[in-house]
Amino acid sequence: MDDDGKISLSNYIEVFSSRDILDTRGFGRGFPYGSLIHNILWIAIHLPLTTIVGLFLAVLLRGVKGGGIVKSVIFLGMVMPMIVGGIMIRFMFEENVGVVNLVLHILGLETKTWTAYPETALFALIFGSVWLWTGFSMILYSAGLETIPSTYYEAAQIDGASKAKMLFKITIPLLKPITVVVLTMTLLWELKVFDIVYIATMGGPGGSSNVLALQMYLYGFREWDFGKSAVVAVLIAGSTLLAAIPMMKSAGDEAE
Amino acid sequence: MKRTRRETLVKTVVAWIVALIWILPLMGVVMTALRPFSEVIDGWWKLEPFNATLSNFSGALNHRTAALYKGMINSLMIAIPATIAPLLLATLAGYGISRYGFPLRKTFILTVVLTLALPQQMIAIPIFRIMSNLGLVDTFFGLILLHTAWGIPWITFFMRNYFKTLPADMEEAARIDGAGDFGIFFRVVLPNAFPAIASASALQFTWVWSDFFLALILIYSPEKLLATQRIPLMRGVYHVDWGLLSAASLLVMIVPVLIYVLLQRYYVRGMVGWTIK
Repeated sequence: MDDDGKISLSNYIEVFSSRDILDTRGFGRGFPYGSLIHNILWIAIHLPLTTIVGLFLAVLLRGVKGGGIVKSVIFLGMVMPMIVGGIMIRFMFEENVGVVNLVLHILGLETKTWTAYPETALFALIFGSVWLWTGFSMILYSAGLETIPSTYYEAAQIDGASKAKMLFKITIPLLKPITVVVLTMTLLWELKVFDIVYIATMGGPGGSSNVLALQMYLYGFREWDFGKSAVVAVLIAGSTLLAAIPMMKSAGDEAE
Repeated sequence: MKRTRRETLVKTVVAWIVALIWILPLMGVVMTALRPFSEVIDGWWKLEPFNATLSNFSGALNHRTAALYKGMINSLMIAIPATIAPLLLATLAGYGISRYGFPLRKTFILTVVLTLALPQQMIAIPIFRIMSNLGLVDTFFGLILLHTAWGIPWITFFMRNYFKTLPADMEEAARIDGAGDFGIFFRVVLPNAFPAIASASALQFTWVWSDFFLALILIYSPEKLLATQRIPLMRGVYHVDWGLLSAASLLVMIVPVLIYVLLQRYYVRGMVGWTIK
């Protein structure tokens, strides 16, 4: 809506053509690409990594002595407030004091404050958030593994199936409903990611780690332009509702 | 037999290496918080010299512009009512939709699920406008109201899923004995619902305590800021005092971590339950 009350799409046009959301210059020059592309990158890296590592850890830690303790340690990332998680991500990537740089130094690789450079800031946040979030898929998969009867594996063993075959033919197919939940919830989180970016980089340097939720906040509550902010909010909500369709479907079927 | 034993050994070693990798960043924060900043300036893993001190913690709690102890009290004043209120309302609602048929029941359930997917960003501007019309911006009451409203859909859904697994026999028996709907709910259902209520309370409290976005939008007076809001203010302008920030991070995270440790069974079951059923 305009100030004089007429309905118009000018806010939408203004936002979608702005470089904050989509910066095509990025493809020739590097970061920033605009917050929409940054969210897509986040999904492309974070979604497969957390899901696969979570499943791997759930399978690995099943039946290992002290596995419960290891799980609790990994799950701590999900327990702490995300604003604290953001501080920890910033800290681990910091030059001189960050543990990531210690490891890189030992390996003889380059060390720097990874969150402070346009080319690496977003990737540092994404990999840091993998550290925070993997506990989620791990816990869900662990619970799912408990529901698979061990007789299935015993039968497969008698048939001479290999471990890998059992994983792909028994474990993964039977965990499919959980995979749907893990993918949905992770996707929703990636589309809404805010606290981590706010505290660690504030979208910087130069917008190179900006994301949609932060852009929405900056438009609305720093520039006090509710129109532009609402457009970004609609974009986020539209994506999350799309992502939630599988969850809605199963809830609808069940409510019959 | 020998092969399986070697396999278990390999698995255990890999598991502990993974745990070590995962805990390193956390160890860094603990070590940095416990020592003077001058000792950790070249990395917290250098253990010489090592003088343990609590000065970072007292520095964070009594910070000149963003005293954390005040923030933690404020956060408690929000999180306790914002856990109790939605639990009372949503437990009743969840019981209702699990046991009684009523028109548009499916639509109602789908609406609840829809709100689960709705991002907080979507409601930020309308909520800010409503709250400022009501004069509730920058008040604890406004934020408690918002968290209550935000918590009701998921707790309703969660409790409904739990009640569906409870057999209705006892309730029917009570009904034959002449108990009314509310009598049945409070005397028969509620005592059996304790595990679900514990799970939902643990999660709702943790989420409200950890919330940053909604607080950021509604609360801005310096003395009213919540614990999570005070952390960004502790970052210096010219240099970052990691000792202070680490101590503040630990203090803010200790509350949800304690809940997790004490109520671990309910916490994990809640996390798994409200997504998987």
